Amino acid sequence: MKYFKLILSFILTVGIFYALNTKFGSIPPIGKFLNPYSGVWQNETDESIKGDITIPGLKDKVTVHYDAELIPHVFAQNDLDLYRAQGYITAKHRLWQMEFQTFAAAGRLSEIIGEAALSYDRQERRRGMGYGAEQTVKKMSEDKETTAIAQAYADGVNSYINQLDPKDYPVEYKLLDYKPEAWTIKKTALLLMYMTKMLAGGDEDIENTNALRLFGKDRFDLLFPDFFDITDPIIPKNNDWSYIDVPQTPTPNSQPVLDSISETIDKPDPNYGSNNWAVSGEKSTSGHPILANDPHLGLNLPSIWFVMQLSTPNHNAFGATLPGALAVISGFNQHISWGETNATRDVIDWYKVEFNTDRTQYKFDNQWKNVSIRIEEIKIKGKETYIDSVLYTHHGPVVYDKNFKSDQELAGYAMQWTGHIPGNGQKTFTEMNKAKNYNDYTAALKNWVAPAQNFVFASTEGDIAIWIQGLFPNKWEGQGKFVMDGSKSENDWQSFIPQAYNAHTLNPERGFVSSANQTPVDEAYPYYVFNDGYETYRNRVINEFFNSKEKFSVQDFKDLHNNNFNLKASELMPYMLETMDISNLTSEEKELYNIAKAWQYNNDMEEIGPSLWSAWYGILYDLVWDEFDVKDTAIDAPFTYQTIYLLKNNGDDDFMDIIDTPEKETAKDLFKLSFSKAVLKLNAWKTTNGNLNWVNYKATYAGHLLQALPAFSRFDIPIGGGKNIVNATSENWGPSWRMIVEMTSPPTALGIYPGGQSGNPGSKYYDNFIDDWAASEYHELNFLQSNTATEAIIGTQILTPSK
Amino acid sequence: MTKNIINFIATIVLAYVLSLFLPWWSVMTAALATSLFISLKKAAVFFVPFLAIVIFWFVLSYFLSSANDFTLAKRIAVLLPLSGNPYVLMLVSAIVGGLAAGITAIFGKQLSVALKKA
Repeated sequence: MKYFKLILSFILTVGIFYALNTKFGSIPPIGKFLNPYSGVWQNETDESIKGDITIPGLKDKVTVHYDAELIPHVFAQNDLDLYRAQGYITAKHRLWQMEFQTFAAAGRLSEIIGEAALSYDRQERRRGMGYGAEQTVKKMSEDKETTAIAQAYADGVNSYINQLDPKDYPVEYKLLDYKPEAWTIKKTALLLMYMTKMLAGGDEDIENTNALRLFGKDRFDLLFPDFFDITDPIIPKNNDWSYIDVPQTPTPNSQPVLDSISETIDKPDPNYGSNNWAVSGEKSTSGHPILANDPHLGLNLPSIWFVMQLSTPNHNAFGATLPGALAVISGFNQHISWGETNATRDVIDWYKVEFNTDRTQYKFDNQWKNVSIRIEEIKIKGKETYIDSVLYTHHGPVVYDKNFKSDQELAGYAMQWTGHIPGNGQKTFTEMNKAKNYNDYTAALKNWVAPAQNFVFASTEGDIAIWIQGLFPNKWEGQGKFVMDGSKSENDWQSFIPQAYNAHTLNPERGFVSSANQTPVDEAYPYYVFNDGYETYRNRVINEFFNSKEKFSVQDFKDLHNNNFNLKASELMPYMLETMDISNLTSEEKELYNIAKAWQYNNDMEEIGPSLWSAWYGILYDLVWDEFDVKDTAIDAPFTYQTIYLLKNNGDDDFMDIIDTPEKETAKDLFKLSFSKAVLKLNAWKTTNGNLNWVNYKATYAGHLLQALPAFSRFDIPIGGGKNIVNATSENWGPSWRMIVEMTSPPTALGIYPGGQSGNPGSKYYDNFIDDWAASEYHELNFLQSNTATEAIIGTQILTPSK
Repeated sequence: MTKNIINFIATIVLAYVLSLFLPWWSVMTAALATSLFISLKKAAVFFVPFLAIVIFWFVLSYFLSSANDFTLAKRIAVLLPLSGNPYVLMLVSAIVGGLAAGITAIFGKQLSVALKKA
């Protein structure tokens, strides 16, 4: 009996140990997680920003001054020390995020999260993310300097990781019960791939192919024109292109492959975009050029950006960095400033590939070419490793085949993507950080392959410029709009547009440059460009603003960043209100109708008009394009601009008809139908959620990277704006970094982003910028000119070499 | 009665010392040791080490957290979910440690009984 009690109590003891030390589903190992010695209580800390820290491998002392925003101002004696310090400091504040993003890029989330992430991981591997990163590493290794500083950065990150005790691990590691691994150059390459996918990972070739097959060429061309009737390109119309002497690839008589494909891989949010602009000295009230940038990305915590000053005796750069990549990405130095917007362009093409019977070869110009196989081993937490063999052709990875989203035994679809082309994009930024003038800026750009960006530029010398930089295939007319036959060499990318012929402008007559993801050029550009989802609203508001008066100040720039004018709504809503039948409106409808009539088309927080527009247009859009609701078919409905164009100009087109009803509807009928539905939807929403003010209805939030865990996220951020508006703040994406730089000597700059410098949810610096950001405020960026703490500095840390 | 107090204090002191070398389950080793050497009776076998660790962990987490305005504790109390109350989180953490200690102490008591018999 005594032994029975002994055994029972022993089992209980082992049982409680096991229960408290093990992760069950999403519940962390509760003993490990909650104990005060090594659990979350140890993450209840403020940032340590004082004292000396020994870092192996440093050549000299590095001083890090922190200001009240927790922005580190790094003063190193040489580049190697600078980037080692950048790696160390970034890891110190953002370790979990920087590692997690590279796991996501590499398709390794199953290792952390378990089987739930397997289909995501397979998709990323089949997209060739790891393959692309390896190409980048290969290219970087050809450049000794890049390799040396990238290794120094990695070593810096690892110095930080090595100093950590498990109790110091960021809280997310404790929550998911794993630990950080060593940083490598490949991880930096993966981070660059993560950005490439985010910004240049979308295309509509397969969706277009399905639309072409279903509706025919005439109808397709009406819905998806290469250029809209209104364009306001980045390089203004009537540009002189006569210097371009390499012609566009001649068009072969090639027919698209009209296959039916049911499902495609996830695309990045097509709403991601950005604004940038610069005015010349003549157009600036102070006589100095002024430059602004605001990349519109996912509003996440920790934020995608980490702001730093990075200086050596030879250069002094300041601005937003990407945790995981070297140098400042959007910022300024003593001589120049720069910023990016995404240069949407079709850089992904799809080829149908036919295999031989054992899938070891594929047909190409009536011969058989060997496929190569890349084995993807996906480790899964608590499960056996999953092996996925991805076939590669000379185009790129065969993403869809009998093993993935397709049932064709001996055929597949291969992806050709500039993201797989070896490039040393990292060098663009390390060189840009040192650039002193326009020539240095253009030299730095030459290394940039993907994702193509519109790089805006201004210098203290008085130059302003914009380059649309990336490696672009020189396509034949129509190439890559639809799925192509991969067995014909005429469908291959024949060559690339020579870098010097990428569209650009230096000191244009109009005195300003700007970009907002619109079409880069008009039809006069001698290479094939077609509408691949170009934005058509923000650019027109921005350009109209800069054409509206003679001179602009920093205050004007702030006003423009925060401009809430809804040009899109203003181009359709008055027409709808005028033409729709209002004879039978209910009292609820009448009320909202009157609100709509009174709205001045500003998406301000307290307006109800934007909520109505959002609901109304959303329903209308689905009604118009009900023809695109096709079962088991990957297909995208037309873009907003063309939808509105057709509603106003082709109101009795067959597409306006709702196919499920016996009546034949026209645009006018749809306006009323969708209006009534919108009113019902809004009133139902109001009953459960309170008033219909735009700020409530939109409910902007900044979500933690782990699926917006409520505990680590910020909800109901008070800010206006919205999709296709210069202040592009939508539900969970928007201006992720607002920067304004006036090119005084040295430059004076303002910057803010919706987050905070610390990645620790237990830090007061985790989300402390959000309220100021939402209130349209900016923080002055303290651009230190020497390694001396000013009154703005609240703490100084010295990184010292180990003896 | 005094034995209870001695066990109580010894458990806390030992738990603290062991925590310098061992992970969270140091509370289990501490309770095992005290239960072997400072033998208690009946309900006290469980409740004395249980209370010792509950109080120890509660006070420790309170001091760690109050120094930082309970910033993270409030968030973790949303995560778990404990309606965002950091004190409830402290109590939950403390009870987790207390349970581990108390149950181990029962085993320790049985072990000491068995050893004496043998």
